[in-house]
Amino acid sequence: MAEFKEISPNAPLGAKVGNWFNNRFPTAGAAYRDHLSEYYTPKNFNFWYFFGSLALLVLVIQIVTGIFLVMHYKPDAAKAFESVEYIMRDVPWGWLVRYMHSTGASAFFVVIYLHMYKSLIYGSYQKPRELVWVFGCSIFLVLMAEAFMGYLLPWGQMSYWGAQVIVNLFSAIPFIGPDLALLIRGDYVVSDATLNRFFSFHVIAVPLVLLGLVVAHILALHDVGSNNPDGVDIKGPNAPKDENGNPLDGVPFHPYFTVHDIFGVAVFLMVFSAVIFFAPEFGGYFLEYNNFIPADPLKTPAHIAPVWYFTPYYSMLRAITGEMMYVLVFCVAAAAAFIAVKSRLPGLFKGVIALVAAVAILVMLAIDAKFWGVVVMGGAVVILFFLPWLDYSPVRSIRYRPGWHKWMYGAFVVNFFVLGYLGVQPVSDLGGRVSQVGTLFYFGFFLLMPWWSRLGTFKPVPDRITFAAH
Amino acid sequence: MSDTPVDPSKRTWLIASGCAGVVAAPFVATPFVSSFLPSERAKAAGAAVVVDISGIAPGEKVTVEWRGKPVWIMKRTPEQLASLAKVEGELADPNSQRTAYPTPEYAQNQHRSIKPEVFVAVGICSHLGCSPSDRFQTGPQPSLPDNWSGGFLCPCHGSTFDIAGRVFRNKPAPDNLEVPPHMYLSDTRVVIGEDKKA
Repeated sequence: MAEFKEISPNAPLGAKVGNWFNNRFPTAGAAYRDHLSEYYTPKNFNFWYFFGSLALLVLVIQIVTGIFLVMHYKPDAAKAFESVEYIMRDVPWGWLVRYMHSTGASAFFVVIYLHMYKSLIYGSYQKPRELVWVFGCSIFLVLMAEAFMGYLLPWGQMSYWGAQVIVNLFSAIPFIGPDLALLIRGDYVVSDATLNRFFSFHVIAVPLVLLGLVVAHILALHDVGSNNPDGVDIKGPNAPKDENGNPLDGVPFHPYFTVHDIFGVAVFLMVFSAVIFFAPEFGGYFLEYNNFIPADPLKTPAHIAPVWYFTPYYSMLRAITGEMMYVLVFCVAAAAAFIAVKSRLPGLFKGVIALVAAVAILVMLAIDAKFWGVVVMGGAVVILFFLPWLDYSPVRSIRYRPGWHKWMYGAFVVNFFVLGYLGVQPVSDLGGRVSQVGTLFYFGFFLLMPWWSRLGTFKPVPDRITFAAH
Repeated sequence: MSDTPVDPSKRTWLIASGCAGVVAAPFVATPFVSSFLPSERAKAAGAAVVVDISGIAPGEKVTVEWRGKPVWIMKRTPEQLASLAKVEGELADPNSQRTAYPTPEYAQNQHRSIKPEVFVAVGICSHLGCSPSDRFQTGPQPSLPDNWSGGFLCPCHGSTFDIAGRVFRNKPAPDNLEVPPHMYLSDTRVVIGEDKKA
């Protein structure tokens, strides 16, 4: 137990109250100091550093609006669609709460994608921040599950058929797949049972996991300290410090970055409100038009596509056809041959790798392309987790990497957008070919990173951050 | 850390109760996981459906619900039946030999049905469960090859099926459309969900 502090009876009332609490709950004061008033944050944060706090803001918006929606929503296949329309038409201000929640879902992914992109270009996942990154990727994965299950709840055509497609992804898994899909649906098709359990997951189970992961993400970040656009370590043993041992290149998070982030919040809320009030459907991207038709288990809409934030992955799923499997088999064979010829591993290892490759090729040919489409789609998210161990760049920030690395990252972003665009479009021959090339590039970018990320001439990293007082 | 020596008897009991807990965990999990399975009511909803097909004109298709799934009943025209032999070379499994959705013996033929003209199938794509749409119009058209001779197109991922629900090669769907167990009560009444096995 901490020492009990007595305070002068003549002290002002505020100080007395503060002391009373501090003697009984010192944890609160310590947390305030550790995470706000004495958490030193690099001074050179730029635009990209708004998105972490904005993600937290959107999480709060989603929880608060969600609580109010649950007061009127009915998780029943016969009533769900109607109850959402009831919220939109009859509940006072219900339309606003619903649009805040539906726009919030898309805003969440906008903010998270930008937040992840910042880590990508500034190497924020590199040692010692691997766990911060892994927790972050887990948040992304859990958020996808949360968004997917939430999308079923309005029980429109897109809700229904989107869920049907995604749940059937699991049935592609050999042996256990069909039973697993049955276990998820709780019926032979997506039905009332599915709606009820998705409601339960969306409203309580997944948000609890999400909150736990967010806490872990922030605690881990504050243990190792924030990275910055220069990738310079401001708290390391050689970093310049003042007489109290605080980094000269950092300022306390509160009040400096709390005020800074309030500016970001204001700008974000302007854009967010503009969407809510003027374009809540966002041209069919945030709320798809087919979802204004009640779910009909007997009729699939002529064109179904997931909501925009899933479409890059959806494109990759569609890219894996029987023909594409031969390309992938060739890639595996080429990788094994390359290792056998070029690497300096002992012969035994090479033999093992060749054997593993041969087995992989056999399995790839034996199981349907449908299953591999699912593997590729899942792999596209899972591969992000391994980024800290794929990047061999000696510097963190893109600022000090060879110039052509910027082109690599640029191409990666363009590729991601192209895949996303194709995922919204109906299938076409050209689109299919482009998404196959895009899928290969996406995986090539990550899997070949141990090789390309150390090539080129790196610029010298300065000892101090680049910062001019303003 | 304290310097008290380890009491081995306490440790044995701790390990034993820990093991007992590990054994108990799956037992505790069983009711929770089992509650995810289809309920008795959902299982009971799988009863057979009787359909009167006398009103279906050649070239027409009706959809009925069986176990929550769309079941198609279609009367095919002689031209449509003639197209079956023509497309055989482009199909993934022309003789319906794959076993993921086993085709009943009485439908393991070119037209995949008991009566050649009447086609009964579950209208759910074997890829990811969308319901394919009718594309009976022949000839070139969007999303279909130029030599299209009528069939079904899945709007989700572009799998194509011929007029007997047989999937074309190099498409995401691995299997032909499922033919549900069915039998004729009379010339015009068909039962979906039950059949006479020998």
